[in-house]
Amino acid sequence: MTVDLLVFLILALIAVGAAVGMLFSRNMVYAVLFLVLVMMTIAVFYLMLGAPFLAMAQITVYAGAIMVLFLFAVMILGPERLPEEGGPVAWQRPVAIGLTLAFLVEVVYAFAAKVGGLGTLMPPAEGAGSPAAIGQVLFNQYLLPFEVTSVLLLVATVGAVVLTKDGKDK
Amino acid sequence: MVPTNYFLILSAVLFLLGVLGVLVRRNALVIYMSIELMLNAANLAFVAFASASGGLEGQLAVFFVMTVAAAEVAVGLALLVTIFRTKKTIDIDTLHQLKG
Repeated sequence: MTVDLLVFLILALIAVGAAVGMLFSRNMVYAVLFLVLVMMTIAVFYLMLGAPFLAMAQITVYAGAIMVLFLFAVMILGPERLPEEGGPVAWQRPVAIGLTLAFLVEVVYAFAAKVGGLGTLMPPAEGAGSPAAIGQVLFNQYLLPFEVTSVLLLVATVGAVVLTKDGKDK
Repeated sequence: MVPTNYFLILSAVLFLLGVLGVLVRRNALVIYMSIELMLNAANLAFVAFASASGGLEGQLAVFFVMTVAAAEVAVGLALLVTIFRTKKTIDIDTLHQLKG
């Protein structure tokens, strides 16, 4: 067992454990912090996979911006603890858990049956996935989608402001 | 190095945990976070495939998914806050005005 594999297994355990913790914690603030932990481990996975730019973007955009937004939402909505015993459809929860487990077994079998079939990862080439390499492709081949995302973000910002503005000044 | 399959299995497990969260939780905020978890799992699969194939296109797809996720969260949380102001709850079972 190589060091890489050991690091991967430990981090995978942390990621899955934190995701489970997010799902089943009653306190909303803890749920958000568990999700931040998942984001951090995924950033480390990006580093292992030779994508340092994405790892940093993951930390700044997801753990930095999006999760802070979630924390603000928790603050505004109040750490609401909802009664979680079954909804209007009583059999929904057991069926959901059963189907998810069945799907999990299926997917893990499908991937595990082909170990080596997709090959092991090569150590990333020098400079691949660096900001310079990403920018080269982004601003040459993908310039139009990049500009479209800037419009999308502007629309989202204006939309969020319009939605949360209270209509008292009409 | 770690086989690509291991990353794909981890990605599938995280995605299914997100699905489970959407299906069993009633709190709209937790459902949002589960959707974020699913997006992240898909991103991990993208990067794993990009790394296995040696190209950069997969990493760029992740970049675009991140921006779309940021926009989605901003608008979604604004909607949640507005719903909470009028209904005083974010329990999705009590929000069934649009049900036929």
